[in-house]
Amino acid sequence: MTTQEHTADDHSETIGPKARKRLWKVFWLLLAITLFEVGISFTAIPKEVLKILFIGLTIVKAYYIVFFFMHMKHEKVHFAWSILLPFILIVYFIYMMMTEGNALNYIRTVFENHI
Amino acid sequence: MSASLNTVSSDEAIVKDSKNMWGGGQSPYAVSWGKMYMWIFLLSDAFTFSSLLIAYGTMRHRFSDIWPKPNEVFTHFPFIEHHVPLAYVGLMTFILIMSSVTMVLAVEAGHRNDKKQSGMWLLLTIIGGLMFVGSQAWEWYHFIVGTEHGRILANGTVFHGANLTMNEYGLTPLFGDFFFFITGFHGFHVFSGVVINFIIYLNVIGGVYEKRGHYEQVEKAGLYWHFVDLVWVFVFTFFYLL
Repeated sequence: MTTQEHTADDHSETIGPKARKRLWKVFWLLLAITLFEVGISFTAIPKEVLKILFIGLTIVKAYYIVFFFMHMKHEKVHFAWSILLPFILIVYFIYMMMTEGNALNYIRTVFENHI
Repeated sequence: MSASLNTVSSDEAIVKDSKNMWGGGQSPYAVSWGKMYMWIFLLSDAFTFSSLLIAYGTMRHRFSDIWPKPNEVFTHFPFIEHHVPLAYVGLMTFILIMSSVTMVLAVEAGHRNDKKQSGMWLLLTIIGGLMFVGSQAWEWYHFIVGTEHGRILANGTVFHGANLTMNEYGLTPLFGDFFFFITGFHGFHVFSGVVINFIIYLNVIGGVYEKRGHYEQVEKAGLYWHFVDLVWVFVFTFFYLL
């Protein structure tokens, strides 16, 4: 299907010492972010700020895994959008279900007053 | 297939014209069917994991006042008596990210048709995967057995650890249920990944891909493996950090 020349041609950015160096760089970055996350979870930063920081950093990590480890960066841009756009549904799902969860909590604690 | 792909890469100027790109006769995505299928499978799998984590979030909001704090539950570390919150899952994250790098290096070696290096990196990936599954077993063991003090129930007895209907960490059984289900589902993915990687490893050292002329199977197994790592990143955040 794909000949050697073709692979080398299409994935010139994913091959060779330069690419290997970049992959290790991504690894150290992911590790640093993880250590940073564990570190700040013990500080006195307000819970709400921590929440946003953790979710933001998780998305950063996801970006590096998908775009560098899974080579999404080297795929055609239309293909990347085809895979990534459906996640808009997940964003909406999160918004709906967290609203629902808060409402259930309100009903449980205020009206029913039991576990 | 090869011909159409070559057209894409050689006539770059034509490809950039959106009319030509979607006009037929060539592959607009310029990706092999195998890789595309893997991506679509991973998309569906991502939706499954998203649903599990969203269900977890919904119930955590519902029981927010009685939900246990994860960093007070997961405090064990091998050979250390003291409580060290998050250190063990941090180590598990390190193991999985590490095995992700070895996997991507196996893929990179495959691009160069380097059988020896690709096999070596794959073997390291398999070892990393087994280490992760082992770590998870250890984590489950401590979660199920529980602490020495346990929780005193209304009838005066003490309950230790966790099962599907009860746990000592909080007043709702859902905390234990979601722990078993989400980390279990992810752990099973890791286990399947190790099996897949092992089969691919045997093929690599057996020279199957060398004969075929390309190492695309390594790439596909790599996509799955990175996805498993990606899911763990989210489980780590939503289950352990928040």
